[in-house]
Amino acid sequence: MEKTATPTQPKIFGILAEFGSPNEVYKAAKKVRDQGYKKWDVHSPYPIHGIDSAMGIGDSKMGWIALFSAFAGAFGGFSLQYWVSVYAQPVVIGGKPINPYPAFIPVTFEPGVLFTAFGCIIGMLVLNGLPRLYHATFKSKNFARFSDDGFFISIEARDKRFNVSETRKLLEDAGGRNIEVLED
Amino acid sequence: MILHRDDDPTKRPMLVETGDFHEVTEIISKPAETKAPATWFVLMLASLSLLSLMVGLIGYLFWQGTGVWGVNVPVAWGWAIVNFVWWIGIGHAGTLISAILFLFRQRWRTAINRFSEAMTIFAVMCAGIFPVIHVGRIWVIYWVFPLPNQMQVWPNFRSPLLWDVFAVSTYFTVSLLFWYMGLIPDLATFRDRATTGVRKFILAIFALGWRGSARHWQNYERAYLILAAISTPLVLSVHSIVSFDFAVSKVPGWHTTIFPPYFVAGAVFSGFALVETLLLISRQVFGLHKVVRMHHLDNMNKFMLLTGSLVGYAYAMELFVAWYSGNIYERFAFWNRALGEYWWAYFIMVSCNVISPQLFWFKRIRQSIPIMFIITILINIGMWFERFVIVITLHADFLPSSWGYYRPTWVDIWTYVGTFGLFGTFFLLFLKFLPQLAIAEVKGVMPQANPHFGEDHHAAATTGASKGH
Repeated sequence: MEKTATPTQPKIFGILAEFGSPNEVYKAAKKVRDQGYKKWDVHSPYPIHGIDSAMGIGDSKMGWIALFSAFAGAFGGFSLQYWVSVYAQPVVIGGKPINPYPAFIPVTFEPGVLFTAFGCIIGMLVLNGLPRLYHATFKSKNFARFSDDGFFISIEARDKRFNVSETRKLLEDAGGRNIEVLED
Repeated sequence: MILHRDDDPTKRPMLVETGDFHEVTEIISKPAETKAPATWFVLMLASLSLLSLMVGLIGYLFWQGTGVWGVNVPVAWGWAIVNFVWWIGIGHAGTLISAILFLFRQRWRTAINRFSEAMTIFAVMCAGIFPVIHVGRIWVIYWVFPLPNQMQVWPNFRSPLLWDVFAVSTYFTVSLLFWYMGLIPDLATFRDRATTGVRKFILAIFALGWRGSARHWQNYERAYLILAAISTPLVLSVHSIVSFDFAVSKVPGWHTTIFPPYFVAGAVFSGFALVETLLLISRQVFGLHKVVRMHHLDNMNKFMLLTGSLVGYAYAMELFVAWYSGNIYERFAFWNRALGEYWWAYFIMVSCNVISPQLFWFKRIRQSIPIMFIITILINIGMWFERFVIVITLHADFLPSSWGYYRPTWVDIWTYVGTFGLFGTFFLLFLKFLPQLAIAEVKGVMPQANPHFGEDHHAAATTGASKGH
């Protein structure tokens, strides 16, 4: 295990390799997955179709967060209107009932949508550990191409199977170029 | 590699006229990284002048009161509400393009979605101003929100005007979040290309440390899908609620069940028209021909034909119901709209909204840039007059003694003109400093983006543009 770095030596974050096309990175991801790596990632300028199964990662939890936010918002919206109209200020306006619940649909729906939107963006950021302005991959000059036309695989030293020479060889065999060992 | 597949009618048209990811990055980053063309500065100066005019006139209104406008009983809503409905309607195409077309996997939307989302946000800002300044006592505008106060008075949740407060503020916030979320990967592209320290610093903060991770993309795409799924009913609800402002009141000519769908169709209609107007200008000024293709414009024109026909149908149905209902007040309201003192407004409305989009049945017209440019402008004029015609129905209300001829004052007119300054200022800033097209999404729809591209030439070339994300 390379993790046993002495205090004078910088800690290794992992290994970064570049691939020439979505097809190459897709095939390489399958190889890394089949080797049993868990703490690794693919970096691409756009979401590659089917890469999650090629990487062997499970389904996103976003749906649950959104569902919970939607109910919270809708429940909050309706409760507010009900409390105001029935308890806080029970006034007959325009001959309408004290609890005209069909009239409460718009302000039940809108907070539901509003909360879901916040749930989506905040949930997405929290699940992804963002915002995180510093990351070891940013140390690589070459890595900036991930947002243009570069495709990368990074394997982290935290992974149980990580071994500098073996992991490097795996990425080389999978067709990786510009392989770099990154410090944390 | 450039594939020219447009000539073959059996194949899908290419969405992007290049096969190179780097070229896409270059084309879309160029406007933000080079000095703006002279036209940009001229337009910015004009926009800023109009913006200051608007701010000045709003100040004058606050100082003097709503008497500086032409509104009076019975026409108490006047231009302020016309402008509100018009601007918010324009905003609707943005969400429609981003959300509904996304759900239907209409991948040609990538060329126009960023653009129209930006337009939505700025249009909703312009819209939001009018009801706020129309209340008269601006210093108590916070009363529209359910805030605890020492008077123990709460807003009336039975009123469509309050629903509007929630609908419009939700719409603005959700549109902004949706837009920003789409921008995150593209801001990362700009960050990684930045050459100066300040530029890199600012972009790095707004890109939130995005590193294109597949694990991140997974959550991101799911969140984007859910946002699209909730924005779809949202966009339909917002203009429905706007139409409730009219339809829930017991006023002949307003109290009709056709209003919500008719308003939504009209909103999408006018929104598409303005997106296209702006897109045609920007495409020309910034040279985006390779990513904004005739195919996209043609599709937008078909949308305008569809929604324009829906609007025309709604006009016809309103007249039919006015006659068929046998209600003399309803009948009078519509006869008076079409043939009364404001016949000219009705005439402009019908000729711009019903007749002009019908020209889009012809492919040659759908693909002629000057003609489509003129038609989009006509549609926007027509849609403004549609709202004018509706609001002005009040000029001949239940008491003939109070009938009158409503006229706007110079303050009404120039405040409206001034909102173009607000819109223009923000839009020009967007064009100059942010990615005008969704870089990551445009790359995603290229055939080369498919992970199986190149494995089997025939399969990859034909499915690349149609496969899911």
